Amino acid sequence: MPDLIDSETLQRVLGAALSTGAEWAEVFAEDRRSTGAVLDDGKVEELTSGRDRGAGIRVVVGDSTGFAHTSDLSEAALLETARIAAQAARGAGEAGRTVQLRAGESTLRPVGIYPDDIGKARKVELLTLADQAARTAGSGITQVTARYSDSRRRIQVANSEGIVVGDDQVRTLLSVSCVATGDTGMQTGRESVGHTIGFELFDRYDVEDLAATAAQRALTKLAARPAPSGQMTVVIGSGGGGVMFHEACGHGLEADLVEKGASVFAGRLGELVASPLVTLVDDGTLGGEWGNFGIDDEGHVAQRNVLIEDGVLVDYMWDGLRARKEGRTSSGNGRRQSYQHLPMVRMTNTYLLGGSDSPEDIIADTDSGVYIAHLGGGQVNTATGDFVFGMTEAYLIEGGRITEPLREGNLIGNGPAVLGNIDAVGNDFAMGPPGTCGKDGQGVPVGDGVPTLRVHGLTIGGTAA
Amino acid sequence: MTDDLLAVAVAVAGSARNGEQVDVMMSRGRSTSVKVFGGEVESFTSAQSSGVGVRVILDGRVGFAHAGSLDADVVAEVLRDARDNVQFSQFDEWVGLAEPDGVDHVAHLQWNDDLVSMDPAAKIAAAIDLERRTCGLDPRVTGVRTAAWSDGAGEVAYASSEGIAVLDRGTSCSIGVQPLARDGDETQIGSAGDAARSAGALDPERVARDAVERATRLLGGAKPASGRLAIVLEPRLVGSLLGLVSGMLDGDSVLKGRSPFAGRVGEKIASPLLSVADDPTRSESLGAESWDGEGLACRRNPLISGGVLDGFLHNSYTARRSATSSTGSAMRGPRSLPGVGARVLVMEPGERSFEQLVESVDLGLFVGSFAGLHSGVNPVSGDFSVGVDGVMIRGGSLAEAVREATIASTLQRLLLDVVEIGGDAEWLPSGDYLASMVVGDIALSGA
Repeated sequence: MPDLIDSETLQRVLGAALSTGAEWAEVFAEDRRSTGAVLDDGKVEELTSGRDRGAGIRVVVGDSTGFAHTSDLSEAALLETARIAAQAARGAGEAGRTVQLRAGESTLRPVGIYPDDIGKARKVELLTLADQAARTAGSGITQVTARYSDSRRRIQVANSEGIVVGDDQVRTLLSVSCVATGDTGMQTGRESVGHTIGFELFDRYDVEDLAATAAQRALTKLAARPAPSGQMTVVIGSGGGGVMFHEACGHGLEADLVEKGASVFAGRLGELVASPLVTLVDDGTLGGEWGNFGIDDEGHVAQRNVLIEDGVLVDYMWDGLRARKEGRTSSGNGRRQSYQHLPMVRMTNTYLLGGSDSPEDIIADTDSGVYIAHLGGGQVNTATGDFVFGMTEAYLIEGGRITEPLREGNLIGNGPAVLGNIDAVGNDFAMGPPGTCGKDGQGVPVGDGVPTLRVHGLTIGGTAA
Repeated sequence: MTDDLLAVAVAVAGSARNGEQVDVMMSRGRSTSVKVFGGEVESFTSAQSSGVGVRVILDGRVGFAHAGSLDADVVAEVLRDARDNVQFSQFDEWVGLAEPDGVDHVAHLQWNDDLVSMDPAAKIAAAIDLERRTCGLDPRVTGVRTAAWSDGAGEVAYASSEGIAVLDRGTSCSIGVQPLARDGDETQIGSAGDAARSAGALDPERVARDAVERATRLLGGAKPASGRLAIVLEPRLVGSLLGLVSGMLDGDSVLKGRSPFAGRVGEKIASPLLSVADDPTRSESLGAESWDGEGLACRRNPLISGGVLDGFLHNSYTARRSATSSTGSAMRGPRSLPGVGARVLVMEPGERSFEQLVESVDLGLFVGSFAGLHSGVNPVSGDFSVGVDGVMIRGGSLAEAVREATIASTLQRLLLDVVEIGGDAEWLPSGDYLASMVVGDIALSGA
């Protein structure tokens, strides 16, 4: 893979970035190509090609960061951008230091089939297959949207510590959304798969099965009753989504929020913050998952980090800026949406390790409650720990059995309280669907996973008494 | 990069071959954003960005491509990609560009030279001033998560092979702060912001006051008992709610069987108190625009009048397919094809003050914020379930703070259950003109 910017140019640009006496500087270059296709209302509506390329330059003095970016990777434009960033962060250090770059550690993984090597017609054909499969799943299916996207993101990071390193990130995604119409109105169902791999995604997954699953979710909900209202016991199904942990404690363990006292988990390292059944890991190395990468967007190699072990808070997640302040190393969680954004502490793939209970026993042992097979998105107020997450496929549990389907809604809980109220963890761990995590206006791809688990004291936001 | 964005766009649109239609959207802009913390600059970002999107239509098929650069070779590649993509979409008889419809646009003065030439030191000072005001208002405020200034200046050109060529330019600036309030072991976070076309029009004192009040009034909050009650919403939260509703009134959702309001024009879908229009012609609005995403003039479109559904919003595609005219509601940027949407929601205000609204509620919740609007609201079924915090209303007075609760209903039901609209309508940073609202009979889930 050719470098986006050659080393000699990078050294001169870093020199310009350090020209006002800053302590630390970085050049982040990115080239992103994407293809997207949408089928809606029975027709392939559009096929879109996107290309973005540019560099962001960061200059740090003490607690202040100057940042500028350009879509022009010529040396003249890069030098000008470096000077703008340097003007915004003037330091007392030696001006005009020179940086000698050496290749840093990287973990480039082979890509099976680059999506660019696959004809556009083949990508579009997947959508047609999905549409047909969803529509044959039941006469109640009245609308289908299928989306395909792939992206290849090449990045290069060089900093004043003398490291230069690159990564080649290929992601492929397919989603199907269906509308079912019945006597009770309309309901929706969705299914998606996405991995940080190439077109071999479709060797692993059958598009028609995915479409049938999405259709079935919508059809099932036509018979759904309003969700209950109030505090209940909740069983979350294996692979239904680790969104609960992402919101209940993931964000609260991001060092930038902890540092400012904006997290309920600040100052609690070494303490029991969850049920002893809880071991929570954030892992950017997990084979081909949606939140994976070789290096993060600051050039740190992806890591597997244990955050909570047997209920005890072991560590927060760190980016380079926060880690340098604390005199430690980054945990490989410095990420950004694009070269136009500053990196910050972000999750990768966040998951709960499996336990020893059989999922059947967990349900059979629950007298009344709600079983959530599939979670939607969520949101958290990290200062209070209060968080919500959606349920897109859920059922009542009555007398130890899964019974009637429920309509959609949010659940609300408090992170520290909920983590302490987990009393069963299954032996059937599975990763959930791909997600996009939003923070301060930046979206990044993340993954999550859970085994079947049971938690008490979540409030279901339904309308039924 | 050339100076005349519109001329470049027109040239690309003019390269349409026989039988092709081509349209081009190009944008470029500069922005700065400053974040401060503890009286010091945390980050200072200088940004320049640009974008181009080219659509090619041939024989009822669409191809599209976009890029984040206006370099001539990149634009040429984008046109080539779009042309190549045409063959992979499927025939749709209604596909086509907008035809000029003779409707005059309303010009808005949206450019402020002083903002463009503003000294960076003054921007930093504005953010530090906002942080200082915020921290000085209440001893329980221990600091901020961040205090920020941002400003931008940009222009967007649209040109099509059907002879449309328009250029829009504007400046804007905004401030925002998120204070942390502490009482014992409890921390609460608040947030507020303001936006304007010029720096002098921002109101940092009100932003600081609102943000601190939103953080401190929740201190001591507890989970409420479940039950049914009324909710009182401030204008900005009414905006969240009506934003969801306007999304269900777009012609695309209606045509494709995704709107529960399809086929209900002329019927009562809301309380007779509710009248809402989409009106981007109002220059007072920060969301005012002269042209839509297909280069047609933006216009006033009534959505709901006295509770009755007036009609749906359309771009040229949904209009053609619905045998009606575009309402000038095409929404797009350089990176996307035109969708349909409302730009500036303008509501008919009621008579009474916010305090009088609260006094009229026997048992209710004055909502502080919504959580999970993306995960708990389904615009197809209308199911509505969101997290809330706020302050209970008992016997017409504000009482104890509550948190970790949800409210649930359906969007269809919520519109019918509007009990009163306040006389406190104002232009919001979002661009909407909205008043407070009381909605009766909502399910509150708590303990």
